[in-house]
Amino acid sequence: MKKIEAIIRPEKVDDVLAALEDAGYAGIMITEIKGHGKQKGITQQWRGSEFRISLLPKVKIEIVVKDADVAKITKTVINAAKTGNIGDGKIFIYPVDDAVRIRTDERGDVAI
Amino acid sequence: MKKLSSIFFILIGLFLITSIPVLAEEAAQGQSAVAVTTAAPAIPAAQDVKIRLADPSGISTGNTSDITAAKPGSPTTGEITDAIGHNKIAINLMWTLITGFLVMFMQAGFAMVETGFTRAKNVAHTMAMNLMIYPLGMIGFYVCGFAIMFGGMGALGTLGGYAGLDSEFTISLFGKTFGLIGTKGFFLNGVYDVGVFGLFLFQMVFMDTTATIPTGAMAERWKYASFVIYGLLVGSVIYPVFGNWVWGGGWLSTLGSNFGLGHGHVDFAGSSVVHMTGGVIAIVGAKILGARIGKYNADKSPNAIPGHSIPMAVIGTFILAFGWFGFNPGSTLAGTDLRISVIAVNTMLASATGAFAATLWMWWVRGNKPDPSMMCNGMLAGLVAITAPCAFVSAGGAAVIGLISGVLVIEAAFFIERKLRIDDPVGAIAVHGVNGAWGCIALGLLADGTYGDGWNGVAGTVKGLFYGGGSSQLVAEIIGVSANIIYVGIISYIIFKLIDLAIGNRVSPETEIAGLDVPEMGVPGYSGVKLDPHSETPFSR
Repeated sequence: MKKIEAIIRPEKVDDVLAALEDAGYAGIMITEIKGHGKQKGITQQWRGSEFRISLLPKVKIEIVVKDADVAKITKTVINAAKTGNIGDGKIFIYPVDDAVRIRTDERGDVAI
Repeated sequence: MKKLSSIFFILIGLFLITSIPVLAEEAAQGQSAVAVTTAAPAIPAAQDVKIRLADPSGISTGNTSDITAAKPGSPTTGEITDAIGHNKIAINLMWTLITGFLVMFMQAGFAMVETGFTRAKNVAHTMAMNLMIYPLGMIGFYVCGFAIMFGGMGALGTLGGYAGLDSEFTISLFGKTFGLIGTKGFFLNGVYDVGVFGLFLFQMVFMDTTATIPTGAMAERWKYASFVIYGLLVGSVIYPVFGNWVWGGGWLSTLGSNFGLGHGHVDFAGSSVVHMTGGVIAIVGAKILGARIGKYNADKSPNAIPGHSIPMAVIGTFILAFGWFGFNPGSTLAGTDLRISVIAVNTMLASATGAFAATLWMWWVRGNKPDPSMMCNGMLAGLVAITAPCAFVSAGGAAVIGLISGVLVIEAAFFIERKLRIDDPVGAIAVHGVNGAWGCIALGLLADGTYGDGWNGVAGTVKGLFYGGGSSQLVAEIIGVSANIIYVGIISYIIFKLIDLAIGNRVSPETEIAGLDVPEMGVPGYSGVKLDPHSETPFSR
């Protein structure tokens, strides 16, 4: 069992959700976050002076999947979220010890 | 849907019912008119009285019978000339009042430009200053400002000729008389005349334009209590003294008749009297207050502190440009002075070339983006610069004046921010101070000699250096500009220093960082809206 955590552009959320649904994964979590990567934000101009907006709005998507599905889901997210430009985001994959469905006490892969 | 349509039919029914008596009345009127004309020979005296019929085209409304006469319908020559004179003054007074109402609306423009260019955490404070400067300034002007400025101006030429404003305090130097301040009309006492009241309204809204300029340059850190004291003093003391010198019969207006310097210091609608005065108060006040926290780095380089609403600032700029059609054409104080169309066209041309030059200068010459805030400043700079010369220059002159002002405002804003290191969040000093001075000097250069015969008691039209008028008009303009800087600079320095000693001019650093809205005014400007602290905090480049 793995957790796929994808930091993506806010405007790509709908595309990624649709792609995951097509791939058969409806269970996801979304958080609106702020952050910056290697570029440390973007520059804007005001009255002839440049200034940096260092924290940009991003969306974090978390999906817990079976080990066998990790490659497929990762690919699905990449295809839907990619623009090819700086700021497309990152994907992190973590091991997950266990999962519990609260309603039925089921554990493991059946619970996700 | 059914309900809606039934309401609609009821309304139509009501309309039909109410219009029936009107139609009937019209028919009855027509009949009675016929009846009177046929019956007329029986009563000879009634022959002169024409019965007024409905006049949908408007062609025949307003005729002999509308002239006030002892014998209605048959006015004497004296009665006719009285009516003509009355109408002329009525047109002038109505023009003065309506253009004054337009200038009053500029307060809304200033409020929006200044608040749009400042941060969301300070909007209630910035707006409150812009609201209260109107009553505070007006109270000061009513108490003594009007008397100081116009107490000795003499007869009101275009507004009925009342000569009660006849008391000027003067001193004698070099055998010449120098008018310093007027001394009649405190609380509008002793000048209970329709012309004087019209003049009061028009000049009051001009004064309030000056008064509201420093609230932009000093925004986001000015203690409200200090602002209130300033607000009472600007309209009662700072503004009217210089105003008297130029418009109230004071010494700058008599430089021509006393020393042969052109027509004296000529400022048609207030580049110096109104805008430069505001700009000089603004630079003194902003310097004394110091820069906003975060504006300058340790190495003295400036940071950008972006304003929170470009749309608000742009709408404010348009309100100001609209109000300027009152500001400049209204300064004839006469709707019967048909130069008003030239003045209005010159005003709009300069605003266009000012905005155009500003955006091109930022974009192509400075290599930045086109910059909406500088476009706004450029349009206002063109308007400020054309304010003094608007009645005296050609269309080409107006376009050139605006073009130069658009470049000047940007370079001046950079100079003030980066060399003088005075923090002016909205560009008020560059727009009103620098371009106010440029407007007066432009008059000395470009006045084309087609207008202003007899201005300030000097025969002949107003002519600048480039139109064969020699340098004397230019010298008078430079003296006026210098006098403004010296007088307004010193008096506002004294006033701000005294307020600082008494109660302090600046809010605490904690208040400034939190935003002035809640600590100073008790309420956030955008209640219930979560502000983004990262967009509020500048980062060094």
